[in-house]
Amino acid sequence: MLRGEAGKAAGLAMELLVATAEAEDAPALLDITGAHIDGCLYHGQAGFDFARTIVERGGRVKVPTTLNVSSLDLLHPDLYRGPAHIAVAARELMDAYVEMGCSPTWTCAPYQLPTRPRLGDQIAWGESNAVVFANSVLGARTSRYGDFLDICCALTGRAPSVGLHTDEGRLAKLVIEVDVPTHLLDDELLYPVLGHLLGQVAGTEVAVLVGLDHRATEDRLKALGAAAASSGAVAMFHVAGVTPEAATLNEATGGRLPSREVTITVDDLTRARRSLGRGDGPLAAVSVGTPHFSVAELGELARLVTGQRTLVPFYVNTSRDVLAEAERQGSIAPIERFGATLVTDTCTYITPIIDAVVGVVMTNSGKWAFYAPGNLGVEVAFGGLGACVDSAVAGEVAQGAEW
Amino acid sequence: MVNPERYRVLVGGVARGELLRLGEPLSLWGGLDPATGLIVDRNHSRVGTSVLGRIVVMPHGRGSSSSSSVLAEALRLGTAPAGFILSEPDAILVIGSLVANRLYSTSCPILCGPEPGGWAGTWEIDHNQLAQVPA
Repeated sequence: MLRGEAGKAAGLAMELLVATAEAEDAPALLDITGAHIDGCLYHGQAGFDFARTIVERGGRVKVPTTLNVSSLDLLHPDLYRGPAHIAVAARELMDAYVEMGCSPTWTCAPYQLPTRPRLGDQIAWGESNAVVFANSVLGARTSRYGDFLDICCALTGRAPSVGLHTDEGRLAKLVIEVDVPTHLLDDELLYPVLGHLLGQVAGTEVAVLVGLDHRATEDRLKALGAAAASSGAVAMFHVAGVTPEAATLNEATGGRLPSREVTITVDDLTRARRSLGRGDGPLAAVSVGTPHFSVAELGELARLVTGQRTLVPFYVNTSRDVLAEAERQGSIAPIERFGATLVTDTCTYITPIIDAVVGVVMTNSGKWAFYAPGNLGVEVAFGGLGACVDSAVAGEVAQGAEW
Repeated sequence: MVNPERYRVLVGGVARGELLRLGEPLSLWGGLDPATGLIVDRNHSRVGTSVLGRIVVMPHGRGSSSSSSVLAEALRLGTAPAGFILSEPDAILVIGSLVANRLYSTSCPILCGPEPGGWAGTWEIDHNQLAQVPA
């Protein structure tokens, strides 16, 4: 393949893959059963030039491959408020990846699709929140694949056999004791805040969290992981007694002594919560669904907003597949009657959708709170989904209960 | 000063520039504006600093897997660092440098190893070495 006999695109992909594998000290490449591509989001000419190079060389993916969010909402194109020439380039980039044989899923939460990977599957995923979810919650095995490398893996069906692809690389080196009153485990806001701290504490290390229980549902672990992969380079965590490779603390660490043990207290969490929502001022908008809302989260939002009306623009990010399912279940009509704007295929923090705002934008997402100030230049208020709805109805930021 | 360390070469090449010690990791996506080369991550202690032409010294990458696209775009636009010294390997930066080299013949060597003992003046990456250039 390296010599190009399997096609010029696969040859280039293999050349880049081997060079990266060498940089990572990988002893070999392994076969993968799927890929998720982050490179379809437009960041400028370079990503586009690379995709065109692959297409012109006849590149076709070798394994089932899903696509991450892009810059455009193809179902609601009027939402885009950016420059027209960027929209054209972004659309051509999306088309290039579809031309390579990728599925036009356009979601940052491919783990919410019916065909998600299973325990032990070797995959190559991009998108930091998807990577951490696949490893931690599904028990599938992927490194953090950057743009370009993700499609190189998909074009070759191979990935470097290193790190989180190996048994050894998945063991927790760091034990984090979550020392909070048990009633806090019912508070959805705990999870993104804990994730924000996890990223700061763990950096790139695999940690095991102790002190959570069955209340750490998939959606809460999604919020936790997304925040951890934003404030740090976390690609995997365990939750003792909850996640699939951590039936016990001992299983998570492989029976070895951890290199570090850290305790997180309510005081730590309170400080982190404040640091995520420094915004002060009138409420300009609300944005939820980063990562893309699940069917269950849309159901919960529908329940919260029924019979109410938002006074500010209220954006709900989700995928086209989840939207269709939630529509079948009757969750979308109440959300639309509430006055919310459904955003699919993209997300409000990566592309110009929210109008120029005076005041703060409220979110329930640790990831959105982390990136939006830099990306959009907005101030953020941070609260749970209930507080977001209450604020939208009141037209001013309603803080949830203190911890 | 003499820096006796021999570094692991993640991406080969030669580069010259002042060192920029970030102290903490930076996600280039959401953290670096490729149009200007300025650090825009408001959570980062070096926000507002330019990486253009500097040899960036940091523990490892952070955050988004889109950082490889941002590095490639910054290399295309000429706003990128001259090179990187990382404490840990980072495949996301490596692939960004390699792809920009294939597309635009740019050079951005990335070495892995300890931070150098001194900071002042101009430094040079040459294969597996990082040395201060005599004034």
